[in-house]
Order: sequence, then C-alpha cells, then structure tokens
Amino acid sequence: MTKFSDLTRLPDAQGHFGPYGGRFVSETLSFALEELEKVYMSLRDDADFQAEFDRDLAHYVGRPSPLYHAERWSEKIGGAQIWLKREDLNHTGAHKVNNTIGQALLAKKSGKPRVIAETGAGQHGVATATVAARLGLKCEIYMGAEDVERQKLNVYRMRLLGAEVHPVESGSRTLKDAMNEALRDWVTNVDDTFYIIGTVAGPHPYPAMVRDFTAVIGREAREQSLAQIGRLPDALVACVGGGSNAIGLFYPFLEDEDVAMVGVEAGGDGVETGRHAAPLTANAPSGVLHGNRTYLMSDASGQVSDTHSISAGLDYPGVGPEHALWKDVGRVSYVAANDDAVLEAFRELTRVEGIMPALESAHALAHAKVMAASMRPDQHIVVNLSGRGDKDIHTVAKLDGLEF
Amino acid sequence: MTMNRIDQRFAALKAQSRRALIPYITAGDPAPQYTVGFMHACVEAGADVLELGVPFSDPMADGPVIQKACERALKHGTRLADVLDMVASFRETDSTTPVVLMGYLNPIERMGYEAFVRRARDAGVDGVLMVDMPPEEATAIAPLFAEYGLQSIFLLAPTTSSTRAATICAHGEGYLYYVSLKGVTGAASLDVEAVARQLAPLREMTDLPLCVGFGIRDGETAAAVGRVADGVIVGSALVSRIAENAERPEAIPAALKAVLGDMRDALDR
Ligand SMILES: Cc1ncc(COP(=O)(O)O)c(C=O)c1O
Repeated sequence: MTKFSDLTRLPDAQGHFGPYGGRFVSETLSFALEELEKVYMSLRDDADFQAEFDRDLAHYVGRPSPLYHAERWSEKIGGAQIWLKREDLNHTGAHKVNNTIGQALLAKKSGKPRVIAETGAGQHGVATATVAARLGLKCEIYMGAEDVERQKLNVYRMRLLGAEVHPVESGSRTLKDAMNEALRDWVTNVDDTFYIIGTVAGPHPYPAMVRDFTAVIGREAREQSLAQIGRLPDALVACVGGGSNAIGLFYPFLEDEDVAMVGVEAGGDGVETGRHAAPLTANAPSGVLHGNRTYLMSDASGQVSDTHSISAGLDYPGVGPEHALWKDVGRVSYVAANDDAVLEAFRELTRVEGIMPALESAHALAHAKVMAASMRPDQHIVVNLSGRGDKDIHTVAKLDGLEF
Repeated sequence: MTMNRIDQRFAALKAQSRRALIPYITAGDPAPQYTVGFMHACVEAGADVLELGVPFSDPMADGPVIQKACERALKHGTRLADVLDMVASFRETDSTTPVVLMGYLNPIERMGYEAFVRRARDAGVDGVLMVDMPPEEATAIAPLFAEYGLQSIFLLAPTTSSTRAATICAHGEGYLYYVSLKGVTGAASLDVEAVARQLAPLREMTDLPLCVGFGIRDGETAAAVGRVADGVIVGSALVSRIAENAERPEAIPAALKAVLGDMRDALDR
C-alpha cells in the first residue's frame, strides 16, 4: 500500500501523480508551461513572494476565513457536529480568489500584461477579473454560452470589473468548452498572455500550483480545529468539480490518517442515469483532456461526454489528476450528491443557519448531512463552504417558478 | 523489414528534388461514406502523404473550420474504429501513398494502445501524429509504434526551445511537422521569412524532412514555403471547400483537386 506521506511528494518532475497528470499539450504551449514552471518553482520558496501572497490574502481577501460551528443545523440532524469553513466570506464570495491572487502575482512577475481564464459558475471569472482590475491587467474570460445564461449576475459583475466575457458556443457550451477556447486563445497570444486556470486541472504545473495556492484553506482549518474543537476533526467534506476547494482543504491533512476525507461530485439526475458530472464516483475510464490524464467521462470511442449538473461550477467531465490518484490509493473516498438533495441542503442551510451556500458547496452539505446522521454528537465534520449562493438565486427562483 | 511508406516517399521526392504536398482532411466529414473517395481524389491531384484527421469532441488546437468538420463527422458517429476501416478500404486500391492519422490522444487511450497499434498496422496506417502527445508523454506508446512499424510524427513550433527541439528531433520519425505560427489551425497568415529563419537551425539537428503547416492557403503560399521546406501541409483551405459543399458532396472531389492541383503546379514549377 502507498504510504500517505509519499503522497505529499507528488507530482514527479514530469508533473505525474502516479499514472495521472502530465503535460499533454500541443507543442506551441510547451515552452510557456516550462517557463511557468520555472517561475513558479523559483517563487514558491521565495520569502518575499510568500509574504506578498499572505499579505494579499489577509488584507484583500480577508483571511483567515472563520470556522463556524453550525450548531443549530447539527442539532436538527441529530448526529455529528458540523463545522463550516467559511470560504463564502472571502472577497468575491468563493475559494477561487486564493488561487487567483497567487496566479495574478505570477503574471505580474512574468511581465505579462494580459490574463485570460475559463469559468463555469463565473466565480473564477469574477475572481480573475477582480485581481486583474486591481493589478491593471487586461482580462478576457471564456464562459460556455449555457453558463452565461444561467449565471447572468456573474457575467455582469465581470463586465463591471472591466473584463471582456466571451460566450463559447461550441460543443456542450459549458465549462469544458470554455477551457478549449481559453487554450486556443493562449496558443495564439502566448507571448503576452498568462492563462489563469481556475482549478487543479490542466497541464503541469497547474494542478500542483493551484493546489499550493489553495492549501491555505486546509492549513487554517487544521489550526482552527485544534483551537476550537480541541482536536482534529473526524472527517472533511468538500465538493469536487475540478477539485480545487477539496484539495485546498484536504491537502494539509493528508498525513493525518485518522481524518477521513470525502469528495462530493455532482450526481445530477443520479449517477445511474448517466446524466451527471461524477467521473470518480462513476468509475469513468482514464482519459486525456485539457493537458492531463485523469478519470474522464467519455464514450466507448473516446469522445468526451456531455455532463449534467444543476451547478455550473461542477459541470465538468474530468477531475484534477491528484484526486484520481487519491481515489486509487484509497486516501479519499468520492461520492455523488444528486440535484434534488443539493437543493434541499441549499434551502435548509439558508433557513436554519442564515447562510446561503453556492449550489456547488451545497453538494458537500448534502453529503455531510447524510454522514452526520450516522455519527455520534461527539464527532466532528468540517465542510468546505466553498462559496456563497447569491449567484444561484436565479437558478433556484426559476425552480420556484419565478423569473426576475 | 521493408522501409516505411513515408520514408520511401520522401526518399523518392528527394531524388527528384521535389517538395511533398500533404493534404489534411477530417475523416467522416461531411459524412463517412465520402472520405475514401476524397483520399483518392487528393492522390490524383498530386498528394504525396495523406493526413487523415480523427474527429474529436474537443479539438483544442483547431480553429473554427476544423472544429466544425469534427462536429459534422461526429454527428454521423465517426469513431476511431471507422477511421481505421476507411484506411483499410483506401489501401484496397492504393498501396503506396502514406497515410498519417492526426488527432487527439483520447480516442486512442480509450481503444487501448495495444489494440490501436495492431488495428492501425492491419489497416495500413503509416504514421501517427497526436497533437496533445509530445515526446515526453509518448514513452509508453513509442515501443509499440516501433514494434508495429508505425512512425511517430511530432510537432515543432516557433516557441520550441533549442533544447526541446533536440529532444523532438531525436524522437521524431518520418517527417517533422513545423507549425508556422502561434495559433490554431486556420489562422490568418504565415511569415515565410520567419519560417525560413527558424528552419535553419533545425537542419543542423536532423536529417528528417521538415514540413510546414498552418497558413498554407493557395499555390502562392505553398510555393513560397516550398522554397524553404521539404513539404507543405494544407488543412483548413481544403476543409473549407468541404464545408462549402457539404450539401452536395459529389462536388467535393473536384473542389479538393482544384486547390491541390494549383499547389502541386506551384510547388513543381
Ligand atoms: C463556490 C464554488 N465551489 C466549488 C466550485 C468547483 O470547483 P473546484 O472543484 O475546483 O473547487 C466552484 C466552481 O466554479 C465554485 O464556484
């Protein structure tokens, strides 16, 4: 069996996490990725860079984010104590900004005047547009046309922030197609453009780099657990689209073998219906897309499948390569939450705790509720509340028969 | 073992001091039953090597023209297995023109490397160019290619460093595909002077033929590039003709021949 401590030494020099990850890109991008890797590796252990990053996280993002004991909800469920890591309270309203701050600093250090990004729910797009505004960088965002429709509020936010938003009409018109288009832009404008990828996917070094920028979530949560619970939690739960908020929470706990970890994918209408976005839970075969090898939903001839989820941010057929390895070695278990359970959790947290979660985060809540119910009141679960739900009000209202 | 068809063809071209004309079409576009006919038409118009695109749902390195070709082909359910059948059918009457499969890695990952190399060899494929498989990621499949007599065609780009170029030249077989510009397929215009400058140091590193693709539109660009390269690759210019005639596919062979014929004449002039 793999020692879990070995997991913290990955990826290898080629960006592989066991059989996953790597750098499967067209030749034009190889140089840009080598360059990025060099810049990142040199700054990763640079005290000045880290200090600047930490300063921005403290004074611009508002970190540390609280670890909140959802006492009333826990009591209602009648099992384990649920604690919420409040990434929804970050500036711009989600965990995405931690990574965006880090990559924008790299863009600045690399002297690139223009940044691009793909976005699903629009949270990563908003976070990118925000840091671009602050650093005076030109910003263009690619977003699937379907997502532009269901996340109108965020589209307008990005435009107010000065970003140009390009609706992507090709393919399934969602996140994967936005990423295709962003890669096409990058290959064309590679000299002056920094591509800010929004999750722990893409070619090496993105999965490792995004993980490192996001791991502040877990470092804080670990300290806060020791201070507020008096010990480490029994379990961590986070939703998994590409997997950045989950990796951010899990990574600093990898070697704490008594801490169980559960990643919650988008079950859509149910994994058994095929209409979902849960490659790990569904045991999708391994495949190559967007620069890395991972569990990838595709048909028998290798065409990437259309996915379905109520939440635009989880509507992606692949998953970060490090999660793929964590599943194989058994360090993390992966499950799915279906759209209806997610909506129920969304409404319940809003009513019981006065906290409106993003639909993505509500996946983690839906599963935490199931877990908590079968645990004792002296046990503790930390859930990553990755974002706030304002952006989803349209989607939920529509289900209630309301249009704004 | 006999010499691979690609090497044979380039040896013959070299002996005649001629440049290779290499058309790309997407298999299954506008519908699968036409592809083999188009391949023969390309050969009749003077093609030396055929690049046959394997349609993929997410063609990240392609511009709108080839994206739409993939969509048309996929609407008819053209799978990698069907593309291999097309090559086998082409081979029934053409045993000499080299065929290179071009596309993205995932369909091969799903078929499985072993099954793919066996079926590709049996069908009569000569080379494989997967856009998203640089040499570093080809280490698992490379020995299988060697065992089954398939050649690995790799890309070089204007951004390729000299260190990487050395690696690519060391692993490449058949010919090297020099991408003339930073961009996706079908992008605007190529700068022949710049291409010439960038090919020069590559000549020092390799004896492999250097072929140039991206931005070759007509006889004029083909001839200009032909003066500095060993071959020209033309894709979007042909695929646009297919798109324009998608509703009357019987007109496509002549349209392809018109484009390629001009290029052939210009290259041989
Ligand atoms: C609030 C929120 N949580 C989670 C995600 C999913 O991304 P990841 O799996 O990378 O955390 C998104 C993506 O848009 C998001 O906006």
